[in-house]
Amino acid sequence: MSARIPPYPFARRLIALLLACIFSGPALAQGFAGLGRDAQGYALPDPGRALDFPRDHGPHPGFRIEWWYLTANLRGADGREYGVQWTLFRSALRPGDSDIGGVNWSSPQVWLGHAGLTTPERHFSAQRLARGGLGHAGARATPFAAWIDDWEMVADAEVTEDPRPADPDALDRLELRAAAPGFAFDLALRAEGPLVAHGQGGYSVKSAEGQASRYYSQPFYRVSGQLFLPPGAGAAGLAVEGTAWLDREWSSQPLSAGQEGWDWFSLGLEDGTKVMAFRLREAEGPGFTSGTWITRDGQATPLPPGAIVMDPLEYARIDGRRVPVAWRLRIAERGLDITTRPLNPESWMDVSPPYWEGPISFEGSHRGKGYLEMTGYGD
Amino acid sequence: MLLEGRDITKAHGTGEGRVEVLRGVDLAMRPGESVALTGESGSGKSTLLHILAALEPADSGHVSLGGQDLGKLDDRGRAALRRRDIGLVFQQFNLIPSLSVADNLAFQARLAGRHEPHRIAALAERLGLTSTLSRYPEQLSGGQQQRVAIGRAIAARPRLLLADEPTGNLDEASADGVLELMRELVAETGAGFLMVTHSERLARRLDRRLRLHAGRLA
Amino acid sequence: MSGAGQSPPAPPSPTDALFRPVMAALLSYWLRQPLQLLTLVLGLALATALWSGVQAINAEARASYARAAAVLGQDQRDSLVPTVTGGGVDLTDFVRLRRAGWRVAPVIEGELPPDIGRLSVLGVDYLSLPPPDATAGEAQGVIPGEEAAPTYERAFAAPETLATLAPTARAALPPLAPSDMLPPGLLLTDISVAQRLLGRPGAIDRLIVLEPPAVWAPPLETLAPGLRRVAAGSALDGAQTGGVGRLADSFHLNLTAFGLLAFAVGLFIVHGAIGLAMEQRRGVFRTLRALGVPLATLIAALLVELLALALVAGLLGVAMGYGVAATLLPDVSATLEGLYGARIAGGLSFRPVWWLGGLAVALLGTLIAAAGALAQVVRLPVLAPARPRAWAMASRGGHRVQALAGLGLLAGAAATARWGAGVLAPLAGDQPGRLLAGFSLLAMLLLGAALLLPTLLGAGLSLGHRLTRWLAPGPLREWFWADTRQQLPGLSLALMALLLALAANIGVGTMVSSFRQTFTAYLDQRLAAELYVTARSDAEARAIAGWLAGRADAVLPLWRAEGRVATPAGPRAATIYGITDHATYRRNWPVLTALPDAWDRVADGTGAMVNEQLWRQDGIGPGDALNIGGAPLAVVGVYSDFGNLEGQVLISPPPLRARYPGAEGRRLVVRAPADAVAGLTARLRQRFALPPAALIDQAALKARSLRIFEQTFTVTAALNALTLSVAAFAIFTSLLTLSQMRLPQLAPVWAMGLTRRKLAMLELGRSVLLAVATFLLALPLGLLLAWVLLAVVNVAAFGWRLPMQLFPADWAILLALAVVAALLAAAIPVRRLARTPPTTFLQVFAHER
Repeated sequence: MSARIPPYPFARRLIALLLACIFSGPALAQGFAGLGRDAQGYALPDPGRALDFPRDHGPHPGFRIEWWYLTANLRGADGREYGVQWTLFRSALRPGDSDIGGVNWSSPQVWLGHAGLTTPERHFSAQRLARGGLGHAGARATPFAAWIDDWEMVADAEVTEDPRPADPDALDRLELRAAAPGFAFDLALRAEGPLVAHGQGGYSVKSAEGQASRYYSQPFYRVSGQLFLPPGAGAAGLAVEGTAWLDREWSSQPLSAGQEGWDWFSLGLEDGTKVMAFRLREAEGPGFTSGTWITRDGQATPLPPGAIVMDPLEYARIDGRRVPVAWRLRIAERGLDITTRPLNPESWMDVSPPYWEGPISFEGSHRGKGYLEMTGYGD
Repeated sequence: MLLEGRDITKAHGTGEGRVEVLRGVDLAMRPGESVALTGESGSGKSTLLHILAALEPADSGHVSLGGQDLGKLDDRGRAALRRRDIGLVFQQFNLIPSLSVADNLAFQARLAGRHEPHRIAALAERLGLTSTLSRYPEQLSGGQQQRVAIGRAIAARPRLLLADEPTGNLDEASADGVLELMRELVAETGAGFLMVTHSERLARRLDRRLRLHAGRLA
Repeated sequence: MSGAGQSPPAPPSPTDALFRPVMAALLSYWLRQPLQLLTLVLGLALATALWSGVQAINAEARASYARAAAVLGQDQRDSLVPTVTGGGVDLTDFVRLRRAGWRVAPVIEGELPPDIGRLSVLGVDYLSLPPPDATAGEAQGVIPGEEAAPTYERAFAAPETLATLAPTARAALPPLAPSDMLPPGLLLTDISVAQRLLGRPGAIDRLIVLEPPAVWAPPLETLAPGLRRVAAGSALDGAQTGGVGRLADSFHLNLTAFGLLAFAVGLFIVHGAIGLAMEQRRGVFRTLRALGVPLATLIAALLVELLALALVAGLLGVAMGYGVAATLLPDVSATLEGLYGARIAGGLSFRPVWWLGGLAVALLGTLIAAAGALAQVVRLPVLAPARPRAWAMASRGGHRVQALAGLGLLAGAAATARWGAGVLAPLAGDQPGRLLAGFSLLAMLLLGAALLLPTLLGAGLSLGHRLTRWLAPGPLREWFWADTRQQLPGLSLALMALLLALAANIGVGTMVSSFRQTFTAYLDQRLAAELYVTARSDAEARAIAGWLAGRADAVLPLWRAEGRVATPAGPRAATIYGITDHATYRRNWPVLTALPDAWDRVADGTGAMVNEQLWRQDGIGPGDALNIGGAPLAVVGVYSDFGNLEGQVLISPPPLRARYPGAEGRRLVVRAPADAVAGLTARLRQRFALPPAALIDQAALKARSLRIFEQTFTVTAALNALTLSVAAFAIFTSLLTLSQMRLPQLAPVWAMGLTRRKLAMLELGRSVLLAVATFLLALPLGLLLAWVLLAVVNVAAFGWRLPMQLFPADWAILLALAVVAALLAAAIPVRRLARTPPTTFLQVFAHER
């Protein structure tokens, strides 16, 4: 029996499922929504190649799947906690067409956006879908921009602030916007630390069979901006401040069947340390865990399988689904033993397929805030 | 003889429901004679009148009018006889509703080819209908309608005037007036006049009286 | 029967105890009058059948339109369309709108090339508007083993559409899946595939607004000044949208009018039958009342009886209506497709809309027809003499009111003809207003004439009476006229029905025949060239032209582009043709009006000819400047263009290609000696391996056009025949009714020496006289009707006007038909009269009834 196949972060499965719903055939509908196919024809991550910025901030159309994934923990001028999620997925429906510029009505590239906004009482979510090849959705490295319709994450062109980081990066200063019926946000992001590569220099091996992705993060954003909430849910034009975490990942390789879902944490400790940790749940056994320990100055250390222990503590019932919303999370080798609580237990992303994604806070050996993503509960 | 009937029989219906209405009637009328035909209800008065008027044939026996044998006439011949030689007055439904009084008066005379406008005008005068000539039957009273019917029958100069309860719908005074009128007019033209009636009083006023009982003349 | 030992049952309420014997007494009548019962039931059933049949057709067609309009919710979503030019929507506009927060989806529409199949294509962005039944289509395994195919490469169509697709069409199309949500004849696919199928790469016809734009989204005028927003469901060009609905509506209005007419005719029948039944049972009513039956019980029993009859007749009628609809639907399909390009499903569903409606109308119709008779029963005094009253004899005063109303309606019709469009257009919009005016005009004309009919016939018969008296006096002749006039009130309803049926026949017949004749002449003009070639590409067309150069008399390339022209009412889709100057056009083209040097100006590229649709509907005429493809050209002439719905413009090829770089030049107009066409066709086909559809010779095209045309009017013919039959039935019923009441009127005449045979002949003659008189009045009415149809309704609905032509031979046939109908209708009553035993006549005199 082969080794456990580590999960891609959830989004990959999500987009595959979504596209399967919209488009595709019986073969795609089975197993992990088409991820059971091999990567024939798509580009493969090359461990020998180092990440190359700013080029790698832009799209990699030769790869099958890619995303720009941002979560933010915010505190409003009203003293309340908020959470924001902004994600852009790119998926190639078929390999071979890696040209992403110019007009192409038959382009295989498909773009998908998710936005979420969490308050202690409410949770808002929205989705955008667009075909590639026309220009209303896309991404580029310089000047950096990722967009779908009027949702966008773009480099702030007018940065005059000092001090500038010693080694400036195109992702250091971003503007982030999304609007949907019922909610909107407009945030400015400023990186206060370096980009962090997961795995070996951003070559994140996912299984003993060599499946891997390219994966790096910018976990050090300070955020300020405004939230727009409907009457009754909060103030319109509410000023907020906080922190944010951006994940960038692309790959072409499949997952095997048998996975039920996963639980993914991004944590910001009060001392400035960041932790990424996830667990792949399987029908049998304890599941597979992995993560990265990131010091406040950006030094990243992989957390090997088994180093992380997660136990659900409390469940919430959402639309008939039983979802664990409070967790005990332990990393013995780092002396971490915490209990996480959601800002809003019903942080349910009402997109297709639905999943849970929302801000959390934790205490125990360490205190802090972060984001939790959970898939595969129900449906 | 104007009218001769011998051994006239007539039955209505067939089989079980067969009713012998006339069982051998003999009668004769001279020109200018007026005769009342009486009898209880169902005695066959109307049937006899209809046979004499060539409205329906007898089952057997012999009827002749002015020497013409009615039994030898077909439907068309009987119709022609009615047009030329017979005047009919019934208790009701005498008139043609679509024609004016004047047209009704002249109608049979014209059918018979004996249309004399002067005579009809005089007749109308006699009948007191001059003021109603342009009206339509529905606009007249019962007595007036009956007078139009009589006028129409007389105007054609029939050889035989047959009337079936002509005054049945009228009050006594009107009835007397109508009957008197008929007698006078018949006398003037020399036609025979046979009237079916229930009324002994009216019957007495005619020359002769025939009484029908159980299908035979008593 | 209760046994002696049982306790006595509770005494029934007086009403219950009375109701059953009363009912039995009433119903026993029908057992003795089976023919009358048949008449009543059949009349009502016929009326219901025509009505519900027409409604069934309408419902079916509407459902098809609704499906078409509702494809992807287009009926509820606004659209953005170009304000002027013919270039469609720019991709940059689309991207700018999406980036600014406008949630819009691109759409392309068009017709497949005929060699693939007669299909409309609707191309949408599958990502903005997910295709219907996507997973269901997969589950049916439409493309087994094809899961690796690019997912945009999938198309959807209604099951019945798929069933009719030729294998060659399937080969040319992407993998197909059935969808019940789509209307027949429509292929839904991704826009990228649609662009390829339609040969219009990159083109967007319009944008659908998926969601209202965010409040902070910039306005349309700022983002895309070249686009304007069109409300959901309002008129759009193309086969799937309101354009068809609007025009097809007029057709359905026509059908409904036919249905109403038929139902009105049917009501006459029912009225007659019920009236007779009431009249003849007056004695029974009086006796029942005298015996102590309360009026309410009697009325209730009568109502129960009537409603039961109506229910039976209604059910029968709905069943017959289904038959009518099922028979006519293919023709209606053909008509709608021929006239409007709208497609409706061939199958008929048993929709509650029309069969419940049919039943309701039957019940309501019965009550209306019976209202008068029931009112008489209510007013009937208990001890009234049972003297038969001529119930059908309307009073003279009533006639006068009716005639005045008729005159009023005719005046209204005249006013509508003169000012109607002006009044209604602002209320209902320009074209609907004109249509509405046209149909109001028709309604007032027909109803007014019908109301006047008894008075006019009465006057005519009066005149006849007087003339007879003066010229050829005779008691029988005069009585004949007088008596015919007397019958008029009783027959007038039936005669009105006949008038309407005859007038509709003449009117529609004149329209269709005018249409056919003009159309044939037009085809001769339009199809002046002997051969039309459609190549697969511009290059192939050039090659063919080169090959033909020495072999044909002339080879005239024809360029074509789909564009939009600016009209006072907004942009309108139009086909722009680039024609090569030649005597073929100058000599034969059916020009309606033109400047003196029109063809020269078209030839030198400074002028444009427009079809009459643009002229009549949009007011674009000679002397105007028409914005074509972004730059104006002078309009120099107008030509007639029957059977076309779209705008059309003729210009010279250079300005066409300058404005529309994508214009296609695949067509060639070839002049050649007629006897050389067959040989040329064969050699062309062989040498260039052309598909059969690529070469059309004039004769074949004409034959096909005429066939479509004939199909188009099949329904009209069928409905005409049906309406006439119903009218004949109405006359029959009325005569039958009258014949029973006429005995007292005929008896004195018979007694005074008329044979029954002669009386019967006179009755027959009376029926014919009335039919002929009605026909004489129907003739001018029908011609007026034709004029309204040709000069008002057609122009409003189609945009073309036809010269009206007269077809006396058709009238003669119709007159003969009317006489035959009258004879047939009179046959049974007259036969009965001729065979009436003398005793029956005598009974009139013998006893009081």
